[in-house]
Amino acid sequence: MIHSLFLVNPSGDIFLEKHWKSVVSRSVCDYFLEAREKALDPEDVPPVISTPHHYLISIYRDKLFFLSVIQTEVPPLFVIEFLHRVAEMIQDYFGECSETVIKDNVVMVYELLEEMLDNGFPLATESNVLKEMIRPPTILRSVVNTLTGSSNVGDKLPTGQLSTIPWRRAGVKYTNNEAYFDVVEEIDAILDRTGTTVFAEIQGVVEACVKLSGMPDLTLSFMNPRLLDDVSFHPCVRYKRWESERVLSFIPPDGNFTLMTYHVNAQNLVAIPVYVKHSINFFESGSGGRLDLTVGPKQTMGKTVEGVLVTVHMPKTVLSVSLNATQGSYTYDNATKVLVWDIGKLNPQKLPNLRGSLSLQTGAPKPEENPSLNIDLKIQQLAISGLKVNRLDMFGEKYKPFKGVKYITKAGKFQVRM
Amino acid sequence: MLSMSTNNSSYNDQGGADSAVEIGQETTPTSNSGAGFGLFSTDFKKNDDLKEMLENNKESLKLEAMKRIVGLIAKGKNASELFPAVVKNVASKNIELKKLVYVYLVRYAEEQQDLALLSISTFQRALKDPNQLIRASALRVLSSIRVPIIIPIMMLAIKEAASDMSPYVRKTSAHAIQKLYSLDPDQKEHLIEVIEKLLKDKSTLVAGSVVMAFEEVCPERIDLIHKNYRKLCNLLVDVEEWGQVVIISMLTRYARTQFTSPWREDGVFDENSERAFYESDEEKTRDDTEIKPYTMDPDHRLLLRNTKPLLQSRNTAVVMSVAQLYWHLAPRNEVSIVTKSLVRLLRSHREVQYIVLQNIATMSIQRKGMFEPYMKSFYVRSTDATHIKSLKLEILTNLANEANISTILREFQTYVKSQDKQFAAGTIQAIGRCATNISEVTDTCLNGLVLLLSNRDETVVAESVVVIKKLLQAQPSQHSDIIKHMAKLLDNITVSMARASILWLIGEYCERVPKIAPDVLRKMAKSFTSEEDIVKLQTVNLAAKLYLTNSKQTKLLTQYILNLGKYDQNYDIRDRTRFIRQLIVPNEKSGALSKYARRILLAPKPAPVLESAYKDRDRYQLGTLSHTINTKASGYLELSDWPAVAPDQSVRNVEVIEPVRIHPSICTALFHFCPDSSQSSEESEKSSSQSEKSSSESDIEQKKKKKMKKPPQKKNVKPPNKDRYQSVMCKPNSWVGPGFGACVCVCDFSSCRMNLLRPHLFSRRLSVVISCVSGPAFVPEKSHNLLHRMTGKGLAAQYQFTRQPCLYQPNMVSVQISLTNTSDHRLEQIHIGERSPAGLKIHCFNTIEFLEPDASVTVSMGIDFNDSTQAANFQLCTKEDQFSVSIQPAVGDLFLAVTMTEQDFRKEQGKLQGMNECSATITVTAENTSSQPLNRRVAAMANVGVVPSGQDNVHRFAGKTACSGAVLLVTVELRESSAAVITINTEKSVMGSMLLRDLKKSLAQA
Repeated sequence: MIHSLFLVNPSGDIFLEKHWKSVVSRSVCDYFLEAREKALDPEDVPPVISTPHHYLISIYRDKLFFLSVIQTEVPPLFVIEFLHRVAEMIQDYFGECSETVIKDNVVMVYELLEEMLDNGFPLATESNVLKEMIRPPTILRSVVNTLTGSSNVGDKLPTGQLSTIPWRRAGVKYTNNEAYFDVVEEIDAILDRTGTTVFAEIQGVVEACVKLSGMPDLTLSFMNPRLLDDVSFHPCVRYKRWESERVLSFIPPDGNFTLMTYHVNAQNLVAIPVYVKHSINFFESGSGGRLDLTVGPKQTMGKTVEGVLVTVHMPKTVLSVSLNATQGSYTYDNATKVLVWDIGKLNPQKLPNLRGSLSLQTGAPKPEENPSLNIDLKIQQLAISGLKVNRLDMFGEKYKPFKGVKYITKAGKFQVRM
Repeated sequence: MLSMSTNNSSYNDQGGADSAVEIGQETTPTSNSGAGFGLFSTDFKKNDDLKEMLENNKESLKLEAMKRIVGLIAKGKNASELFPAVVKNVASKNIELKKLVYVYLVRYAEEQQDLALLSISTFQRALKDPNQLIRASALRVLSSIRVPIIIPIMMLAIKEAASDMSPYVRKTSAHAIQKLYSLDPDQKEHLIEVIEKLLKDKSTLVAGSVVMAFEEVCPERIDLIHKNYRKLCNLLVDVEEWGQVVIISMLTRYARTQFTSPWREDGVFDENSERAFYESDEEKTRDDTEIKPYTMDPDHRLLLRNTKPLLQSRNTAVVMSVAQLYWHLAPRNEVSIVTKSLVRLLRSHREVQYIVLQNIATMSIQRKGMFEPYMKSFYVRSTDATHIKSLKLEILTNLANEANISTILREFQTYVKSQDKQFAAGTIQAIGRCATNISEVTDTCLNGLVLLLSNRDETVVAESVVVIKKLLQAQPSQHSDIIKHMAKLLDNITVSMARASILWLIGEYCERVPKIAPDVLRKMAKSFTSEEDIVKLQTVNLAAKLYLTNSKQTKLLTQYILNLGKYDQNYDIRDRTRFIRQLIVPNEKSGALSKYARRILLAPKPAPVLESAYKDRDRYQLGTLSHTINTKASGYLELSDWPAVAPDQSVRNVEVIEPVRIHPSICTALFHFCPDSSQSSEESEKSSSQSEKSSSESDIEQKKKKKMKKPPQKKNVKPPNKDRYQSVMCKPNSWVGPGFGACVCVCDFSSCRMNLLRPHLFSRRLSVVISCVSGPAFVPEKSHNLLHRMTGKGLAAQYQFTRQPCLYQPNMVSVQISLTNTSDHRLEQIHIGERSPAGLKIHCFNTIEFLEPDASVTVSMGIDFNDSTQAANFQLCTKEDQFSVSIQPAVGDLFLAVTMTEQDFRKEQGKLQGMNECSATITVTAENTSSQPLNRRVAAMANVGVVPSGQDNVHRFAGKTACSGAVLLVTVELRESSAAVITINTEKSVMGSMLLRDLKKSLAQA
């Protein structure tokens, strides 16, 4: 299936290669680099490229390209999904996924890749199993390792791989047994220039951090499961129980994981937490223009809106901006033509405003089109869909765990057309 | 072997080049890791150093060295000359060191084959280790060493591991199979044996890997799957996610070879189709299978049912593979359950979106309805990558219809203004496609596009011109003002494609703009030399066309342009000019062709068809690489078409001791009581011998009853003549004993109202009984040809459904066969031979020892149709010959009449609502509006019992399927003006709808 993997940095250097079958010359990457050159933006590089003898499937993530070489027919999503798992695994192990981190830990990354695939077919992709085989680095451990010469490779052989629940290792022990669940909802919306909702939907995810000893069997139920329209689960969730009783029943993995993602069925009833008053106009003479933006709270269910960030993709001819923000600060990147206004907390009494003039390239015609705004925001202690966790029960273990649920609403792909 | 060594040399070459480069690079420390790369200044020094470290006794130094070596490998640098030093450490006790040595070994063994052999014994030893994980890892490394000499050792190790206790080791052996196969394809036969063995494995750990091996080594050996099919379906949910993808795609391919198409809904079912007298039987069987109505194979259903929960997987590849399975295998009305999940994937990473959108684009061409409710999910955001935008545009265009086009066009208006000009141009093309596909909006679109002509951006204008040209070509008549407008634009537009399009338009429709066209030509003549080639060609074209239509005004201009073209630098233009001149300007040299110049140049041209780029993508299986790149990828396995006739279903049966089927209800046990001879009234009328026979048979029945210790026989014998009398009087003969409790009485009175007239005439037999099964309300006298005397070499056979519960087994349908010898010699040993499908359960009649010429004999047999109208095929054999015959049941013959009170009926009906109900309104003929003929019609069509009804206009009938005993309820409600509503409630909805169709036909005809 997956023949080889190359990691390519933004400037086109290959800094790691791994082959699971016979070695493929790295010159095969030239086809990819060519396509990379052609694309204006790294995002625009086609994920699947066909070359005379190989097929190249790549993902772009954290400013790195993960490029896999395929020789025969394989579902492309299979490869793409796996490459993302590799990136997630690196993130999970080293805290971030970047060229420096990978170069610093090249041996460990290589060992991990060796364990993840056998002959190009995924073998161990569960982070639990991997962590048993190759322990993630900690400061303490690296100090000990340098002193004693011991290593990060587990001396125990992984048992998780053998069990029917590969996501959980045996013999977990904690002194404080705790289980936290974060219900995170994201609003995807497109608003047109008058502020009417063109399209809006809510996507949610239940992130869990479970640190419980032994083999706990958890049941999580919602007050209003009918809200959930389309769900996908971590493999640990028993689908049959969900089908029949609408409760989540599972033996959790150890540590952090995504329990479920869901889509809320409320096509027209999505509460839009903020509104934007905007005006942008360019002078007929073509020398400049004016911009005026105001952001205010709309349907916030009585909570404060925080972390508001407005991103504007300006027309190519806008050279510089000279604006005045009543709250927060703004930056304008002339290379990418992106204006970012970081507002912070939204104060309903005193609405933040950004206004000022734009200067255009001399001689350039008046820009035809208006830019679009992307908004980022956060509301603590609120799930905008109204979803509520009812209770969490634990079976199979005797101790009393500490339980907690947190709700948070964010803007997903929240776009306002100007 | 040979190719392997050439490979090696090329790798070495490459490696050499690499190390040369490396010398230059390594002088600058590249990494600040703890391993301390910075210590070394040159490559030679470093490698010497590494060698020293490896030969040291200290473990930590060795480990350090190995880490650095692996670091080199990871960077793609050559470290092969250290092979001897490294391989010595293969048996190290330190696990990390050992693992790193393995990594090295696997990487370089192919290049250093001889030295690699040194390590083999270590692995062989480890293969016997008591720890399963050590065994597994030894096998993993051993099989990864691509050295042909050790193939026999690998083969042995794989075979042994395949029967290991540990499923993990067995999984590793499945992986090793693929490695060995790629190393030496000649081992295929042996490997297939191992695969066959591993396929039987019941562990979820093994399933995915072995199916992967199967797909790689022997995807054509579909027969290996049969026995494991059900097991794989059932294990699927518990297999790890990567394995699920592989198994699902394999099962998709499998199902397409084994099941019949669920897509054909129009299977006409005609039981009495009259056949030409000399038509052969072979033809008959084929015809029968063609018109056979569709019932889904339970195994097919099993696959669909078991994959459905996987739509909820977090793994996008799994969701996609289930979606493609439904697309390729599910009945049309079930495919749409995948929509929601596919739309969910659009929230995922950019690359996932790309693949999913591509597949949706292909799907949405055929099935608009699937994605239309989610149209807004395909709205484009300004932050989407370019290829995502164009895919979304494609899908929106596919989804456009009369109802939503205004919404879509409004959305498109926003896109046209996008900063991304390429995308804006794509949108204009999309508008053009919408305009041609939906005639209602053609004018709106055209006007919108004309407005865009005044856009400031040239790409937008140019694209609009091109699209307008295409649209006008489709309906040029009413749009001369647009053409005029475009002629004006010619002064400003500089994009050559757009200019050329305008010129072509004016040329093509020059007669509609007779004043403007010559002027345009004048302008073009002026600027001819500075135009692009494509514009020049169109100018020549325009000149020629004008010359033909309006030579008075344009003769000189045309000649001027042709002269310019004659000396153009481009040979295409010179060539075209020469050609045009010969064609249009008559001179002595020009042949017959110039006569036709007008017809050549001004021929009406067909409008271009604007269609999706994804139109034919569905020739590839969805979700595959081939589908994505739109060419056949190497190793792509074609999805076969559905077979016309399903192959034998029983191959998937697994030999396990099936739990004994218990029929708990007494009613089924009492089946045996029911009369078996079951001749129709006609017969009893015809021959008294027949009725004697039946009475003898009823004796057998009585004996049976004695065995069952049920006493009621005292009431059941009646004089046969009375019986006959009754039969003559009222065709629907229900044989019900009196005094069998209220239920039975009710059943009697109701199941045949005519009996009410003469309640004293009870039949000699009781059919039933406390529970439900009653005798048939009506037995159709129609008999069907089983074997024609010509094809049967004198043996003729006819069959007839007796509609009686089968004597032999309750779930069989009893069939009566009359055999006649029309030949002039004696036929011996008539019996039933092979049958198909092989699992078909038939209770055969006893072999008929001989049949004299002109004699005939009637025998009865039982067939388990398994509640499907699939024909039962078997062979009718005589001593000398074998004849293939088939019995095709009508759906109504698969039921057994049941008696029931109205109350029970309503209760049962209440349980069978929703999906289990089908109904239709028909107009009945006048004669069918009264209850008697109606009852008879219904009873003739299906073996159902009449349920007494309190209402005059509502008639109810009850029955149950012969095989599974599912209840069937039929209600016919007569309304005003000879309308009637037929409602059928049954779990077997397919049978229900088939019966409904038959009933409709029967009641509507006179």
